[in-house]
Amino acid sequence: MKQTYQDIHTSRMELMMGPSHPATHGTIRMDLALDGETIVEIDIDPGYLHRGFEKECEDHTWNQVIPYTDRLNYVSSIINNVAYVMAVEKLCGIDKAIPPRGLYLRTILSEMSRVADHLTCLAAVTMELGAFTAFLYFIKAREWFYELLESVTGARVTYAWTRVGGVRWDIPNGFHDRSKRAISNTRQVLKEIDWLFTKNRIFMDRNIGIGVISQEDAISYGITGPFLRSTGIYYDVRKAHPYLVYDEMEFEVPLGTNGDNYDRYLVRMKELEQSMRIIEQALAKLPGGPVSIEDPAYTRPEKEKVYTQIEALINHFKLVLEDIKPPPGEAYGYVEGANGELGFYIVSKGESKPYKCRVHPPCFPIMAALGGILPGYMLPDIIPTFGSVNMIGGEMDR
Amino acid sequence: MSQDILNLLKKSFPDAVVDTHNLRGDETALIRRENLLEVMRWLKDECRFEMLMDLTAVDYLGEELRFEIVYHLKSIFRRYRLRIKVRVPEEDASVDSLTSLWKGANWYERECHEFYGIKFKGHPDLRPLLLYPEFKGYPLRKDYPHNKRQPRIPLLKPETR
Amino acid sequence: MGLETVFGEGYITTKIEFFINWARKYSLFQYPFITACCGMEFMSTMCAHYDLARFGAEFPRFTPRQADFLVVVGTINHKLAPVLRRVYEQMCDPKWVISFGACASTGGPYDNYSVVQGIDKIIPVDVYIPGCPPRPEMVLDGMLKLQDLIQKERLLDEKKPLVIPAAL
Repeated sequence: MKQTYQDIHTSRMELMMGPSHPATHGTIRMDLALDGETIVEIDIDPGYLHRGFEKECEDHTWNQVIPYTDRLNYVSSIINNVAYVMAVEKLCGIDKAIPPRGLYLRTILSEMSRVADHLTCLAAVTMELGAFTAFLYFIKAREWFYELLESVTGARVTYAWTRVGGVRWDIPNGFHDRSKRAISNTRQVLKEIDWLFTKNRIFMDRNIGIGVISQEDAISYGITGPFLRSTGIYYDVRKAHPYLVYDEMEFEVPLGTNGDNYDRYLVRMKELEQSMRIIEQALAKLPGGPVSIEDPAYTRPEKEKVYTQIEALINHFKLVLEDIKPPPGEAYGYVEGANGELGFYIVSKGESKPYKCRVHPPCFPIMAALGGILPGYMLPDIIPTFGSVNMIGGEMDR
Repeated sequence: MSQDILNLLKKSFPDAVVDTHNLRGDETALIRRENLLEVMRWLKDECRFEMLMDLTAVDYLGEELRFEIVYHLKSIFRRYRLRIKVRVPEEDASVDSLTSLWKGANWYERECHEFYGIKFKGHPDLRPLLLYPEFKGYPLRKDYPHNKRQPRIPLLKPETR
Repeated sequence: MGLETVFGEGYITTKIEFFINWARKYSLFQYPFITACCGMEFMSTMCAHYDLARFGAEFPRFTPRQADFLVVVGTINHKLAPVLRRVYEQMCDPKWVISFGACASTGGPYDNYSVVQGIDKIIPVDVYIPGCPPRPEMVLDGMLKLQDLIQKERLLDEKKPLVIPAAL
């Protein structure tokens, strides 16, 4: 390719891949400087979905923040809810007292959200390379999981299901059977996709050796998640610092070797299978009991008691008006999100509203690294690389 | 296990460390801003904290040292986490930049600067990241009103159509 | 105004109107201006389960020059507002706008320094679809309402050009 450019006068062309672009899923602007088709410089301009999450948090009570956390990584919303309430529970000191059924349910629905996220990411990647059918197959599989999540929480995309101290609803009847059916159907779909893509000449040519990041660079940028695991570094928060019930589950963490787009695709496909394994194991081991901690300072009493006993009435009243009041201090709670480590750093002054609630978004350092990865590749290589980053605008810009 | 790190830090830099605590298992050290770069270099090279996880600031309006810049460090090798905090006053809100140690610090510092107004000395390119150039003010400070909007284009009244 | 209005009010004009509106409403090309979470429900509506294609609005045109209607999906903030206005101005008549979701209609749950409280402060809107995010059935309902709106358009009405102030 390089030889043909010797006779042609190419001059530097500046192009803007603007905020509204079909292939960038989410709004982001990239200023490109091109020499022919090769990218010379790239400058990424995020912030087109900045919605002021931190400022909103300072104005709402602790439990009222939960719907805002949903909208951060809106493809796998339960994981954000779980991360936030884990941080608050750590600060309150009640993280060891959550009932086991609540922990198991949080694990099951988190993994279902992770499945939905990886399905959406792979759908976007394959659609942008021209395979529209794969997009339809993936979204069909995602619908089954949306229906399952809707039967538990009542909503399809943004749930606000967890509360500080537990979760809001228990699972309905028939959930086990429907989950098993959804999982076995999804495995069929994944087998078809595997047959279509993994040894496909075009897919491999467009993805192998593209978007390579080295291990040192990945660590220096602070990248975690499938992006880091595709370079070969074994770091998964579920294994390194087990939380919820992940220490009782058997699952593997897939690793890549080269750190290119193809490895990221393979890592995500294997993680889908591992997540479904976790869901099956957790459903088999699900214990009985309450789903929320039975502490009047955190959980609302049941409706029958509110209408008959005066203490429950006053408790309910105080929790609705003033919400919980964690002790003063700070805490950092973290989980393994679909893109990497999702952390919440909260500061409390003992009041009913957070003093500061900071999100550490996993795709922020990855986008920062993209400015260093892309120069040297060609313009069409941006598309699969960007797709494999799985930038979610809500999380990146907050 | 991680108490060793805090003790080692206090022994190596006795005049840099102002305060340490271990609330809820999160090891935290408050250090002076003059010693920030050397402490961070020691933590990265000697103690093998390879990753800078997060960089943010908290605005304690009304206190003398108004801003507190919080760094979260992570060591994959040792499975440690550490939090380092630095306090700066409002009149001279600046610290050294860590872009020479970790490449990821670049974007975090740009974001911290545009939201709080804290300057990072030695940063190669401190321009706004998430906000637009016409935006005046630092929105996440406690004295910036919650819904003071600064539109970029004139807005229509809905009954125009 | 063109040849089709030569006959004035009458039977032929209404028949021509009927056919033109019928053709327009059943072959809509959309420009999905997707930003946030509502994009997930937009994807679900476009795909096999809740198929938007059976209403004629199947293929998105990712350039405003070729699109009929603009679907603004998700939150618009002040940084993105000039871009949205420019995209709207680049579209040719006849054009319609659907505001998809609570954030696009009124700002949604975000009332702070960065979010525009409704896109009708930037461009004129025809159909508002509420919800956070709206279920795909609501989206289909909104599409049908847009189709009814298109069917009722009269050829003889003068459309007033919208005066958008140029500078701040």
